[in-house]
Amino acid sequence: MSLEVSDLDVHYGRTRALRRVSLSVAPGQTLGVIGETGSGKSTLARAVVGLVRPSAGRITVDGEEVTRYRARQWRALRRRGVVQYVFQDPLRSLDPDVTVEDSIVEPLLIQGRPRREAADRARRLAARVHLDEELLSRLPGELSGGQRQRVTVARALVTDPRVVILDEPVSALDAANRVRALELLKQLRDAGTALVFISHDLGSVAGVADRIAVLYQGGIVEEGPARTVVNAPRHPYARLLVGSAPTLRSAAADRAQREELRELLQNIGGPA
Amino acid sequence: MALLSLRDVRIHDGVGGRDLVHGVSFELSPGKVVGIVGESGSGKTLTCRAVLGILPEHFRVSGGGIELDGRDVATLTRKEWTALRGGTVGAVFQDPASYLNPSLRVGPQIAEVVRVKKGLGRRDARRRAVELLGAVRLRDPERVYQRYPHELSGGMLQRVLIAAAIAADPRVLIADEATTALDVTVQAEILDLLADLRERTGLALVVVSHDLAVVAQLCDEVLVLRAGETVEQGPVERILYEPRHEYTRLLIDQHERYGLDRFRELDHVA
Repeated sequence: MSLEVSDLDVHYGRTRALRRVSLSVAPGQTLGVIGETGSGKSTLARAVVGLVRPSAGRITVDGEEVTRYRARQWRALRRRGVVQYVFQDPLRSLDPDVTVEDSIVEPLLIQGRPRREAADRARRLAARVHLDEELLSRLPGELSGGQRQRVTVARALVTDPRVVILDEPVSALDAANRVRALELLKQLRDAGTALVFISHDLGSVAGVADRIAVLYQGGIVEEGPARTVVNAPRHPYARLLVGSAPTLRSAAADRAQREELRELLQNIGGPA
Repeated sequence: MALLSLRDVRIHDGVGGRDLVHGVSFELSPGKVVGIVGESGSGKTLTCRAVLGILPEHFRVSGGGIELDGRDVATLTRKEWTALRGGTVGAVFQDPASYLNPSLRVGPQIAEVVRVKKGLGRRDARRRAVELLGAVRLRDPERVYQRYPHELSGGMLQRVLIAAAIAADPRVLIADEATTALDVTVQAEILDLLADLRERTGLALVVVSHDLAVVAQLCDEVLVLRAGETVEQGPVERILYEPRHEYTRLLIDQHERYGLDRFRELDHVA
């Protein structure tokens, strides 16, 4: 497994933000994690990148147990580039004073690879993410939102990571760029990279994920092949989520069914 | 007769010295829903603001005409506009919190609208405000009445704003990206509420969104706007099944190839 999380608990003080979360992603597989406000989605994203410490459970990245890693060990792990991250707002994750090329190859330069090799690699990655080569010499502020997002993806790929964690990677993009970004993610997956696509938006996740996990009040209430989760969800919350997602052809649930599910959820409360 | 009709509306930006909306036309009858789909910069919000008579400074309707309940809005005085807003046309927008005073409880803010627009006394206005909070399906309206905006979730705040928007019994409600910032389950609650209000009260709706699917669920007619141009317009079924413009096809692709519809389509074929 490229990433394996088992029985993960995270507490903020007395609040239990994640409860016994287990998931795994194999090479070349995309796992979509759906969560709405307060579901623990951001906590999960932060936990698997070493930004919050779990109170119980295990995280394994490419066979290496990282659960108890200190900040220094996480930095070393990041330097090796085994696991990479793409976040929602590319403008904030790119240094405004650093050219696109330097941003992309920074992880290689930190590893001490020669400049010429890095520049060559930047050009190949730009082609791979459909970024015009001439944009490599620009600053992030001179790029459109969609182009900036492609830069962050190129940077995430520069170290040939085993796992890429994507936190809301397409939420800020318009229709055309969203479709391009999702197409790019499919290509990455087909090239063997394991992807974890974390988002509140079931629609875009369903577009690329092989498997989908639904996070609700800190716990995973549904997990399975994307097609099964979309067509035959079992947990009431998963049913409400699927039945609420806007689709073009008739909705999965009608108003009365949604109302029933809302009532049901009110009564059963969160996951144990 | 049409409650709201736009005829080739053009909107001019006096500072930029150019038109930003190049001719938008549609008619809205009681109980009907028109959807406007477009991204930021498409002119959809400017069009809504023109209908509400609240275009930002330097912007003006430079061509065509807007009729609201049979009246050409270009001839309205400020006082007449004030009466029409709320009484004939109401609106809700993307960020509900910014339309409420954070230091006042939400109930009295709605009661104030009722008092001004309907001329009710304080006690009756309060009773009506609680009724409205119930009408937008807020649980325990008496309790919500006493809450400050920061004590309510985004979905609850949007319901409060809808309550305020329908306080003076408008016949048209404009929802401009009213569910964009909300979780999808909450978005569905708000869209269900709008459909419900339409059925119960005959309220006509203008639903504006960047997401074709949001609009498609609710609307009879759809306009697709891009860079101030109407690139496609027609009954929702025609738009979904026989899109003519490339951009509309992209909006459909987003769902059919890269969204939930990709599973539904395949199952349908199988």
